[in-house]
Amino acid sequence: MKRVYVNEEWCLGCHLCEYYCAFANSGVSDMVKALKNVRINPRIRIEEEKGISFAVSCRHCEEPLCVKSCITGALTRENGVITFNHDKCVGCYTCILSCPYGAIMPSEDGVVQKCELCLNNAGGSPACVQHCPNQAIIFEER
Amino acid sequence: MPIQFLYPEYEVVRNPDLCIVCRVCERQCANEVHRYDADLNKMFSDSSKCVNCHRCVSLCPTRALKIVKSDHTFKENANWSRQSIEEIYRQADSGGVLLSSMGNPKDYPIYWDKILINASQVTNPSIDPLREPMETRVFLGAKPGSIRRDKDGKIITDLPPRIALSTPIMFSAMSYGSISYNAHASLARAARELGICYNTGEGGLHEDFYEYGPNTIVQVASGRFGVHKDYLETGAAVEIKMGQGAKPGIGGHLPGAKVFGDVSKTRMIPTGTDAISPAPHHDIYSIEDLRQLVFSLKEATEYKKPVIVKIAAVHNIAAIASGIARSGADIIAIDGFRGGTGAAPTRIRDNVGIPIELALAAVDQRLRDEGIRGNVSIVVGGSIHSSSDIVKAIALGADAVYIGTAALLALGCHLCRSCQGGRCNWGIATQVPELVKRLNPDVGYRRLVNLVNAWTHEIKEMMGGMGINSIEALKGNRLMLRGIGLSETELKILGIRHAGE
Repeated sequence: MKRVYVNEEWCLGCHLCEYYCAFANSGVSDMVKALKNVRINPRIRIEEEKGISFAVSCRHCEEPLCVKSCITGALTRENGVITFNHDKCVGCYTCILSCPYGAIMPSEDGVVQKCELCLNNAGGSPACVQHCPNQAIIFEER
Repeated sequence: MPIQFLYPEYEVVRNPDLCIVCRVCERQCANEVHRYDADLNKMFSDSSKCVNCHRCVSLCPTRALKIVKSDHTFKENANWSRQSIEEIYRQADSGGVLLSSMGNPKDYPIYWDKILINASQVTNPSIDPLREPMETRVFLGAKPGSIRRDKDGKIITDLPPRIALSTPIMFSAMSYGSISYNAHASLARAARELGICYNTGEGGLHEDFYEYGPNTIVQVASGRFGVHKDYLETGAAVEIKMGQGAKPGIGGHLPGAKVFGDVSKTRMIPTGTDAISPAPHHDIYSIEDLRQLVFSLKEATEYKKPVIVKIAAVHNIAAIASGIARSGADIIAIDGFRGGTGAAPTRIRDNVGIPIELALAAVDQRLRDEGIRGNVSIVVGGSIHSSSDIVKAIALGADAVYIGTAALLALGCHLCRSCQGGRCNWGIATQVPELVKRLNPDVGYRRLVNLVNAWTHEIKEMMGGMGINSIEALKGNRLMLRGIGLSETELKILGIRHAGE
């Protein structure tokens, strides 16, 4: 299955992936309209220390702890992609506690959000990959 | 605080309606032009630090930024230009020699743009390169003047050493040190994929790049940095650098700040020492001396590799080239006055040397007149802007061209001409690790390959239009060229007729 991989050697820490993620998931067609005066809450996050940086998003684990821990069945693994059903989530945050990567986070509407590879939003293919200026984020089969 | 005599030449203009305060401009500017103010949740820019490299403009996701030329002006004066005035302020301030990077930016004639290419109509058919074979391969090196046969009458085929190129384009000398590891990696990988050569410049060859040896020209310059047996044996050819178009007559200087880690190891000099290449080779004061170095290098490489002698285009170029053609060199590389550099004194860059078009025509003619054109191949560089410049260069007599600035542009260079500062925002002319990583060779090499492939397609189209199906048949074919708006003298030196003639 194709996954998002990150190569810290080429990550510039420019944070553009975060903004393109927020834009892709905003449901708005114009980036300025979507992000102007908005504190973004992206599903991919740059981790950085001096001299090193890399983007972290859902790994779509083969044995996903988040899915196992979900008490309502809101998180499921479909064709290898960990997908999230907003209507089933009760916002218990057990998935957030159990994800070892910190790739699930609370969303503005009270429940949670996570990377779904832009399969269900305007992006179509991962926006972070498409817009990384240095190909530090790639989407490939390994 | 002293009086600030200089007003920024460029201004950063931000469209507040479009800025989403993502701060990518701030994070990507090594010159610290952009600043975020948390209280106002707003970005501010200090134009005085801007070098106009477009890194922020290129990465801004909403196109909220642009750089404009300042309309701030001195009192109008046709004699004293803004540049002249500001350079005096700068020197009165520093007491130093003005430094600049990249090629001569002054408004001298570009002869390529005053030469037109021919095409077939009616009397000889043009060729469609998409349907018929078109040969762009060239071989650089001495061509034998006659056919030799053994005692059984069979042709003796042991030709002098040559370089084979799939297309008449090579990447010119840019040292590891003046440009980054990733820039070198991009050039080396592209050269291998394209079947052409890149050139180490005078910085030695990083151990990681020995695998690209068959596509590498190794340079021996006046500082002899990084030269050792393996280095010479690894390259496809050895280039003796006598001069550089951007700074004829003077040497080079890589500041000690850039000489650390692998750069110092590759150059074989201590960390932190300035790498100073002398103006002359201290063992070369005549053609006879040059001949000694040419043959020393041939001896060291067992006569298996061609030796290139690179010179800057200067006034007496034809006679100098004639001497080099007799020195045993296999290839002469001529660098015109617009050739690039990582750093040169401004006055030298802007005022010394001659246009490559005139130098090439003069050298080719002189070597033909003397019957020694076959002794050497001629490679020219110094602002080859496009594939049509290459076609014109070949028709004027060149065997191949060197592209340096064009290659850097393909890698992302925006010609901000601030290489000497060492803070290249595009990861090219810098050794700062956070900046070097901005040039991912996976991306860079692909862009170089694209550029050279595109130019090769265009060369084939132009040759096909003339009814010519190989570079060899175009070489020195000056009847395919006509001048436009040139004086009698210029036409005579170029050896071409005026359009309409």
